[in-house]
Amino acid sequence: MISVKGLVKSFGDLEVLKGISTEVDAGQVIAIIGPSGSGKSTFLRCLNKLEEPTGGTVDIAGFDITDKKTDIRAARQEIGMVFQHFHLFPHLTVLGNLTYAPMKVKGETKAQAEEKARTLLKRVGLSEKADSYPASLSGGQKQRVAIARALAMEPKLMLFDEPTSALDPEMVKEVLDVMKDLAKSGMTMIVVTHEMGFAREVADRVLFLDQGKLVEEGTPDEFFGNPKTDRARDFLEKVL
Amino acid sequence: MNLDFTQMTPYIPYMLEGIWVTLKFVAVALVIGALIGTMLALFKISGPAPLRAFAIAYTSIFRGTPLILQLMLIYFAVPQLTGYDITPFLSAITAFGLNSAAYISEIIRAGIQAVDKGQLEAAQALGVPYRAMMKDIILPQAFKNILPALMNEVITLTKESALVSTIGYLDLMRRAQVVGASMYRQFEPLLFVGLIYWVLVMILTLIGRKIERRLKASDIR
Ligand SMILES: Nc1ncnc2c1ncn2[C@@H]1O[C@H](COP(=O)(O)OP(=O)(O)OP(=O)(O)O)[C@@H](O)[C@H]1O
Ligand SMILES: [Mg+2]
Repeated sequence: MISVKGLVKSFGDLEVLKGISTEVDAGQVIAIIGPSGSGKSTFLRCLNKLEEPTGGTVDIAGFDITDKKTDIRAARQEIGMVFQHFHLFPHLTVLGNLTYAPMKVKGETKAQAEEKARTLLKRVGLSEKADSYPASLSGGQKQRVAIARALAMEPKLMLFDEPTSALDPEMVKEVLDVMKDLAKSGMTMIVVTHEMGFAREVADRVLFLDQGKLVEEGTPDEFFGNPKTDRARDFLEKVL
Repeated sequence: MNLDFTQMTPYIPYMLEGIWVTLKFVAVALVIGALIGTMLALFKISGPAPLRAFAIAYTSIFRGTPLILQLMLIYFAVPQLTGYDITPFLSAITAFGLNSAAYISEIIRAGIQAVDKGQLEAAQALGVPYRAMMKDIILPQAFKNILPALMNEVITLTKESALVSTIGYLDLMRRAQVVGASMYRQFEPLLFVGLIYWVLVMILTLIGRKIERRLKASDIR
C-alpha cells in the first residue's frame, strides 16, 4: 500500500527528513512516535504531498507521487487525512462538510452523498449533529466529524497527525474509540501520536523517528518491551 | 457673518441632482475596482511570477501617487496621446476604478491570507480542485474579513469623488461651485453639499455596521 524509499525533505538549509525508507501493507496500522520536532508531521505530509519531498520516492495507494506526471488530486482522493486542529469548514454544516468533496470531486449526487454522510455520522456517533455548524461542537465531536469527512471520500488509507493532541483529556477516548473501530474494519492507517496506550494496543508496527531519521521500527511488543536503541529507551523513559 | 440660505432655494433641486450623479459614478468606479481588484489579488496570491510582479507594481504605483494626478493624467493625456476626446465621466470612472482596484486588491489579498491555512490544506487533502477550493471554501470565509474593509473603501471613494469637480464633471461638489458662482455666495452651497456628503457617509457607515454585526452573528451560529 505504501512504499517509501530514501525520503528526504529540506526546508531551505534545514534537512528535516534524512532518508527514510519503510513499507506498509494494506490493512496495517502504523503508529509514528518521536520527540517534538523529529519530523513526524513532515513525514506524514510528504505522503500526500502537502509537503513536496526533496528527494527519494513515495509510492502510495498505487500512485508514485514523487513522479511529476502523477495526478496528485487523484492520489489524494485515496488518502484521507485528519489534522490535529480538525480544519472543518466553518461555514458549512456537519452534513455539508461531509458531502462537499464527494459531490465536488467525485461527482456524487446530493442524495448519494447525504445518504453516505448520514451512515458515517451514525458510525462516529453524531447523527443528531448533521445540521449543526462546527462552531457549536466540542473538540472531540469536531475530530469525529473530521474523521467522517475524510472517510466520506472512501479512501484506501488514512493519515492521522496527532488527532487527539488538541483535545481536552475527557474527549480523547471518544476519538480513539472511533479510530480503533476503523482499525478493526481493516483500514490502513498511519497515526502520528503521543498516545502510547493506543500505539501499544492498536498498532501493528511502531516507527520511532528522531532528528529526521527512522531510528527504530518494530511491533509494539518489541518496541515498548525491549527497545533496541538508546534513543528510543530515553524517549520511552520520558513519556511512559 | 450673515448666512442667507433663502437665495439658494431655487438651486436646491439642481444640487440634489448631484447626489445621483456622484453615486452613479462612485458605483460604476467601485464595480470596475472590484473586478480588477479581485483579479490583482488572485495574481498576488497565486499567479505566475510575471503576473504577480505586475499586480505588485500596479498596486504600488496607484497607491503611491496622488489620485488627482491620476485623474488629470487620464483626462488630459488621453486626448493628447490618442486624439480621443475623453469625457469627464469616462475619465472619472477610469481613474477612480483603476485607483480603487489597487486598494481593493490589497483588501482582498489580506482577507484571503487571513483565512486559516489549515482550510486550504484540508481542501487539498480531499482532492478539491483549486478553483472550487477558492470559490467554495476560501472566498466565503475571506468575505467576512473583506466586507468591513470594503465598506471603508466605499466611504473613502464617496468622499474622494469630489475630486472630479476639477475636470468639470457635474457632481455634487461641482454643482455647489456652479451655484456659488452664479449667486456670488460660495459659503451656503458649500455648506449644503457638505451636509449631503456627511449624510451619505453616515448612511454608508450604518449599513457597514449592520453588515458587520450580521457577520459576527453568523460566526457563533
Ligand atoms: N514549513 C516549514 N518551514 C520550515 N521549517 C519547518 C516547516 N515545517 C516544519 N519545519 C521544521 O521541521 C522540523 C520537523 O517538524 P515537524 O512538524 O515535522 O515535527 P514533529 O515531529 O511533527 O513535531 P511535533 O511533535 O511538535 O508536532 C522542525 O524543526 C520544524 O521547525
Ligand atoms: Mg507534528
